[in-house]
Amino acid sequence: MIRRPLRPLARILEARAKGENPDAIERENRRLRHEEMRDRARVRAEGRLLVLGLTFFCAFSVIGVRMGMLAASEPSEPRAQASGASIIASRADIVDRHGRLLATNMSTHSLYAHPRQMIEPARAARELAAIFPDLKEADLARRFADPDRKFMWVRKKLSPEQMQAVHDIGEPGLLFGPREMRLYPNGALAAHVLGGASFGREGVHSAEVIGTAGIEKFLDEELRDPAREGAPLELSLDLTVQSAAEQVLEAGMTLLNAKGAASVLMDVRTGEVISIVSLPDFDPNDRPNPLVEGNASDSPLFNRAVQGVYELGSTFKIFAAVQAMDLGLVNPQTVIDTRPPMKVGGHRIGEFDNHNYGEIPVETVIVKSSNRGTGKLALAIGPTRQQAFLKSLGFFEATPLEIVEARGGAPLLPERWTDLSAVTISYGHGISTSPLHLAAGYAAIANDGIAVRPTLLKQRGPQAGERVMSERAALAAQVMLRKVVTEGTASFGEVPGYHVGGKTGTADKPKERGGGYYTDKVIATFAALFPAHDPRYVLVVTLDEPVETSGTKPRRTAGWTAVPVAAEMISRIAPLLGLRPDHRSAAPEALIEASR
Amino acid sequence: MTEMVYGAAPVRDGEPILPKWWRTVDKWTLSCILMLFGIGILLGLAASPPLAERNGLAPFHYVTRQAFFGGLAIVTMLLTSMMNPQVVRRLALLGFLGAFVALALLPIFGTDFGKGAVRWYSLGFASLQPSEFLKPTFVIAAAWLMAASQEISGPPGRIYSFVLAIAIVLMLAMQPDFGQAALVLFGWGVMWFVGGAPMLLLIGLAMLVIAGGVLAYNSSEHFARRIDGFLNPEVDPTTQLGYATNAIREGGFFGVGVGEGQVKWSLPDAHTDFIIAVAAEEYGLIMVLAIILLYAMIVVRSLIRLMRERDPFIRLAGTGLACMFGVQAMINMGVAVRLLPAKGMTLPFVSYGGSSLIAGGIAVGMLLAFTRTRPQGEIGDILRGRLR
Repeated sequence: MIRRPLRPLARILEARAKGENPDAIERENRRLRHEEMRDRARVRAEGRLLVLGLTFFCAFSVIGVRMGMLAASEPSEPRAQASGASIIASRADIVDRHGRLLATNMSTHSLYAHPRQMIEPARAARELAAIFPDLKEADLARRFADPDRKFMWVRKKLSPEQMQAVHDIGEPGLLFGPREMRLYPNGALAAHVLGGASFGREGVHSAEVIGTAGIEKFLDEELRDPAREGAPLELSLDLTVQSAAEQVLEAGMTLLNAKGAASVLMDVRTGEVISIVSLPDFDPNDRPNPLVEGNASDSPLFNRAVQGVYELGSTFKIFAAVQAMDLGLVNPQTVIDTRPPMKVGGHRIGEFDNHNYGEIPVETVIVKSSNRGTGKLALAIGPTRQQAFLKSLGFFEATPLEIVEARGGAPLLPERWTDLSAVTISYGHGISTSPLHLAAGYAAIANDGIAVRPTLLKQRGPQAGERVMSERAALAAQVMLRKVVTEGTASFGEVPGYHVGGKTGTADKPKERGGGYYTDKVIATFAALFPAHDPRYVLVVTLDEPVETSGTKPRRTAGWTAVPVAAEMISRIAPLLGLRPDHRSAAPEALIEASR
Repeated sequence: MTEMVYGAAPVRDGEPILPKWWRTVDKWTLSCILMLFGIGILLGLAASPPLAERNGLAPFHYVTRQAFFGGLAIVTMLLTSMMNPQVVRRLALLGFLGAFVALALLPIFGTDFGKGAVRWYSLGFASLQPSEFLKPTFVIAAAWLMAASQEISGPPGRIYSFVLAIAIVLMLAMQPDFGQAALVLFGWGVMWFVGGAPMLLLIGLAMLVIAGGVLAYNSSEHFARRIDGFLNPEVDPTTQLGYATNAIREGGFFGVGVGEGQVKWSLPDAHTDFIIAVAAEEYGLIMVLAIILLYAMIVVRSLIRLMRERDPFIRLAGTGLACMFGVQAMINMGVAVRLLPAKGMTLPFVSYGGSSLIAGGIAVGMLLAFTRTRPQGEIGDILRGRLR
């Protein structure tokens, strides 16, 4: 037990000595000590209570001031504006290379309903069904009557007339929400490039417009970036050229009964795609749904110029010739023996219509389009060097074009690149690429040997690409391509004044289920460059299953199908591109002769 | 004469109860509370019809209930305020025992009304939230223990009260009801502070609170989302907070007019946690400032009156009650103006809620009982020459 000390000890001892009871003294002492403690505690508590009181006063004042600030802040239309801010609805316009509008935004309204605020739901349903024939009255009435439904969308976009008609119903439960909607004023023009847009996150007061395909999807974030401050996206396309190209291609497709067609026009120095067409096309304002069955490549959404990979046939021959010349294996006059038989890896290499061209120079191999001739060149080059060359021209991967579909256009290459592969690839079989790949390859020849990557964005100057062949070889190849038009298979390609050069390609279509090729279905391609003495543009025209029936038997070769279409197209677009017709017959041949 | 001889006439040994009460009670605080109650009914008229409509009841169903419970609360408050502190303490301690047991038994007998937290007992005609009653009675119990520890050779009451507080906080956190838990902890902390807590320990406690907050943030999804919502400067306008902010803006200085407000239609908690937004929208800043002034008046005035109090128990209990009351109001309004993270807390005496009203009545009644004017040994001070 702990003993409590006796306090105050002196007085207690004194009291004990006198024989008095010391308890009273001790109690008195305890009382006094207690009093004193309480006084001390009170003084301390007084201070702390004051602090507490002041703290509370300040805190309440802060809340009051804050309330005041909130109440004094802009009494704007708060909910509408605030909820709009969370969804960024603005989207940059898209324009062509001269600033002409390709895609823009239009403000419209959406229609939604608050069924609980409706006064006459049945009448509202009836009148809505009358305004929008695709809405069912019974369906609307059922949904308006559903007691659990507080909110429902009726239409995502309204025309002003429809809006007025809905307004005239006078139903307070039918409400309009502002909308920005994407508009493509040119309709189907450049549809495959633009793609389309739809609504993303939707609120009553605004909705996000997001790209669903094409460049709208590829550059979606950039287009929606508020930091653009409304600056339009400038494409390399030229609206008028695009329009002319589409018209000509469409007419050609109809005349030649083709099931599809594509064309690519590219600036050879900058890589800018001036026009790119794929037919059949669609209207991006009302984008069709993707096919749920059948072959996706039959859908109008399919971009044949970029996504479609085909064996493009003899158009590839010039690559074998230009590489052989670049490597110094041959010159245009080197004689090649194209006489049969020629067997590679157990396969016989034949010619079109079983021709026998005899012993001809390289130039004539191209002009006459001899399979055996380029096959010999390919064997001389060898598979390894051929692969490296084609890879440097971009034939080994999907084109880097700024549309989402471009990634889908990966070339089909042989698994093992044998001597036989090298020979067939030299005349465009065994390798499937898109027309855009071919255009980029031809652009490298046309710009005297610099690889370019195709782009849809307006460029400020020529691309500083890698040199993939010598200027001399490229110039020689240009001469050969010109001769294909002047004296070879592409004689219909001549456009007076514009010096077209190019190479035809007619490839039998492979059967879908494998096992050989169709004999009556071809992909006809003409890859052209113009003007041939100083090429500025490359044009690739591809027709799917064309047939020309004016003669005694149907003609399907590119010379009869793709070439005339391309010639017509060049005669229309060359003036639009600002090229002057040159009738003085500037002969590149002479130039080459001089430089030898 | 006969009466004098036989002593038949009742001889009062003191003043009659009512006059004494009227003479000593803090009439300012009393008027403030009555005004708050009136405002509560007024705002209930504005805020609760949409809820009644949603639940398929008569438009003023909740107002009637509010008036009924409010009347009950006022009677309770008046009766409580007439008792002397000793009686208050005894009854409150009994009440504390009852509420504590009720809280402990919640996981077994309680119901969550589908709101995800077991906080209520369903009594059929009404529901009871034991934590509402536990808060004021806990303050009394803790004050009693702390005051006892200040006696010479008294028990270690501070430790006991702390253990009690922690036990309650843990039980509340398990429900989960972090708001009430924080309130209980805060009430204890304030009493400890006024009861003479060492400064070093106070700093330590502050750190503990921060650590606890971080822990809760990391472990509770619910809690973390609310804090994130607070730290994000953008108010999502589709949240309750967004609506509340817009309502305050909409109201401006003088409000949009009685019955013209829109926010009560969109806020599910318009009649409880966000009633201040309804007030701000319909009656404007004027009303909000009046409400703030009333709360500040009650708290600050009570604290100032308690400064003169000699009795440590009364001082501590009064401080705890006043501060808890004030902080609850502050948190509620602070959330609406985004000074504090979103936390569901009712506005005492104004928000709708039976338990909260009656418990509020008891708490304020006790506060009034403690702040009544009583002799503080002034004569003794004068005699000992310590007059200040």
